[in-house]
Amino acid sequence: MSSGVLEVRDVQKTFGAVTAAKDISVSVPQGSIYSLIGTNGAGKTTFVNMVTGYIKPDAGIINFGGRNIAGLPPRQITRLGIHRSFQIAQLCNELTVEENMLVAGAIHGQTRPSFLRRSDDAQARERAMATLERFDIAEHRNRLIPELSGGVKKLLDIAMAMAGETQIMLLDEPTSGVAADEKFPIMDLVINALRNEGVTVIFVEHDMDIVNRYSERVLAFYDGQIIADDTPDVVLSDTEVQRYVTGAPA
Amino acid sequence: MMRFSVFTYAAVGFVVLAAGAIVLPDWAMFLFAMALAKGLVCLGIVGMMRGGVVSFGQGLYYCLGAYTATLAANFLGVSDIFLLTLLSAAVCLVVGLVFGPLLSSYRGIFFAMLSLALSMVLYGSLSKMSFIGGTDGLNIGAPTFLGWAPEGRPLQTALYLYVVTIVVISGALMRVYFDSEQGLITLATRDNELRVEYLGASVRNVMAYNYVFGALLGGIGGTIAVLALGHVDPEFAFWTTSGEFVFVAILAGYLSVPAVFVAAIILELVRSFSNLYFPNTWQLALGIFLLIVIVALPGGLGSLVSRRKGQDT
Amino acid sequence: MDLVATILVDGLIYAGWLFIVSVGLTLVFGVLNILNIAHGSLYAIGAYASASLVGAYFAAGGDAFPYGSYIAMILAAVLVAVVLGPLLERGLLRYFYGRNEVLNVLVTYAVFLILEDVMKLIWGVNPYFVYEPYTLLGTVEMGSLFYVGYDFAVIAAAIIVGLAVWLTLNRTQIGKVVLAVIHDAEISQTMGVNVKRIYLGAFMAGAFLAALGGALTAPMISVTPGLGVNVIIVAFAVVIIGGLGSVPGAAIGALMVGISRAASVHLLPEAELFIIYFVMAIVLVFRPEGLFAKTQARKI
Repeated sequence: MSSGVLEVRDVQKTFGAVTAAKDISVSVPQGSIYSLIGTNGAGKTTFVNMVTGYIKPDAGIINFGGRNIAGLPPRQITRLGIHRSFQIAQLCNELTVEENMLVAGAIHGQTRPSFLRRSDDAQARERAMATLERFDIAEHRNRLIPELSGGVKKLLDIAMAMAGETQIMLLDEPTSGVAADEKFPIMDLVINALRNEGVTVIFVEHDMDIVNRYSERVLAFYDGQIIADDTPDVVLSDTEVQRYVTGAPA
Repeated sequence: MMRFSVFTYAAVGFVVLAAGAIVLPDWAMFLFAMALAKGLVCLGIVGMMRGGVVSFGQGLYYCLGAYTATLAANFLGVSDIFLLTLLSAAVCLVVGLVFGPLLSSYRGIFFAMLSLALSMVLYGSLSKMSFIGGTDGLNIGAPTFLGWAPEGRPLQTALYLYVVTIVVISGALMRVYFDSEQGLITLATRDNELRVEYLGASVRNVMAYNYVFGALLGGIGGTIAVLALGHVDPEFAFWTTSGEFVFVAILAGYLSVPAVFVAAIILELVRSFSNLYFPNTWQLALGIFLLIVIVALPGGLGSLVSRRKGQDT
Repeated sequence: MDLVATILVDGLIYAGWLFIVSVGLTLVFGVLNILNIAHGSLYAIGAYASASLVGAYFAAGGDAFPYGSYIAMILAAVLVAVVLGPLLERGLLRYFYGRNEVLNVLVTYAVFLILEDVMKLIWGVNPYFVYEPYTLLGTVEMGSLFYVGYDFAVIAAAIIVGLAVWLTLNRTQIGKVVLAVIHDAEISQTMGVNVKRIYLGAFMAGAFLAALGGALTAPMISVTPGLGVNVIIVAFAVVIIGGLGSVPGAAIGALMVGISRAASVHLLPEAELFIIYFVMAIVLVFRPEGLFAKTQARKI
């Protein structure tokens, strides 16, 4: 395996009697777009959680930028450049869209968050608006979260995750909870925005059309193990994958 | 540009409150001084509420500040008000730095109970320390002001103007903090700690900062209160004292700094008025007030002037 | 040996009282998820009601059968539960179910404030003395010390209450239903449980137990305003130590607090007032869930 920007080697994780991850190894090249597929409980989210620090692997190495990040807290992993979005958009419900972006910007600013500098000064707002525009949600900037549609919430969730230097972006089911006619437009927007920044993308998906259209490589999970690691065509026509994941020919 | 506004408000606030020194009769000036001093403690609670926790034990710092000042005055001969305030603030800062990291891991009921337990530990300890007054407490003499030792009405006025100055400065600083990046992160923490951690900030640090600021404000408030009253006793740390501070904080909400002091003044006025005319009803009034606020005005008085909704917890 | 025995006996007496006073608080938290500050007021009202009823009983010629005063005391507790239980639960608390736990504490704090003054308005501010029931059970000699028989009766009452609550929860049909509601109210409701009635019942039971604590205490003290203020925080300490929502926990918490306090009174009197809260703080620091917290099923 040539060394990729993210190297996962022999990672293991069990929760009591449940094997969430067994011999997980993958090498993700810089700038690629990976998708993770598998039924519920197959280990995809565990994978994302371990890479982003929410869960500590029982064993194995997760190499990023020359260091083993396995077991580091999310806070540190984010600062190193691995960011994630959430299956259920994690937003600050009592703040407006713009304020949510300002929070992200404040945490990732040039300097540590200040006790004096206003959170909404001109520079901060400019930065926030630029990101909101890139994700085409600037028009919602003064609205509160509960008023937003599922798709806009997801976009904001991802936009916030983009704050700071993002090298790898893990998207956890980016189109779940999004109306059918919004799925492709949202993915187009997101993948383009990420591509433009040279970000390596790993996304978890259940919708095979999305998987087919956007990923360069697919990892299929079953029972805590990776049962396929190849291009979409190959993976989706693999008989094991069809039996354990997709249930039908692609 | 906006910063200019905070200082404008502060200046206006100072002028309005300071006018009280001329306009208010003695009893009212005393009441306002006490209300403002207690308001400082409540401001600390509001700071923590912005992060999503309610402290039921700020009496700890209110009492600690008051006793520090009293002990310094009685046993070390310190009478200068600025020095006493500084000493109390320093002691409360140290204690706050010790307990802050500890309490920053707690939320909800457990935060409330632990903060309450700590204040009751102080209450219990002081009650039994007969060498510093036990349950009777201690008296403290009049403060001096950089060498000047006023008496009578000038003393009252000086003390009143001192607390007004402290309140205006603290209020302005806290407003700046609330509007700052750290302040916004605090609000975000209240809403979604997971997100804040994943964005790269330490939620524990956020909570610890707010707790330490609360400790400082509590100590300063206690110092001024003991100087206004001339007396301190362990009741300063009893849970019902802390409960009153929480009441004011809920009444005020976390959206407006002046609202905190307005609410504190309302409490003192209701207390005095009811003690005078309806002796056994002031807690009844408080209780009903609190229910009304919780049901009808969950964002507190501050939500009347702020565009944000805000919820009391 | 004598000192140890004294500490144990004193500790047990205090623990018995603590348990009766605290078990209602933990039960209400377990079922309704509300940490009820007004529990202290219910205790105090129980004490006042008991004092009034016992006073009335003896005034109406109860000297003929003084043990009837015990029935009066229990009756007082029942009255408090039957009147205030529905009033508070149906009239106020049910509008706050499912909301933030701390918000609910604030609501019960408001109720506590209101009831403190209601008590003053009904019973005035002068103390009530109803010591007759306290003297009816004579004294017990243990070693070189004399104990009042009534104090041991409180221990017996605590054991009876504990057994009754435990048996009801674990060995009766209704108890199983309550346990189901404690575990997950929503699922219980979908399975046909009348959760509203369970909530009301549990709250009334909690109110009864609080008032019973007050009723049993009334003969031992002078009943004055402010009783509830001191009792509620001691009850907090017990239920935090034992674990919110756990009845066995309340028993263990009561024992720990009772014995600590007794030990402190005899060995280190300076620590008497703060030892309880010190233990509470220590438990919160090292085991915030308490020793036997209500079991929480993992929600996902």
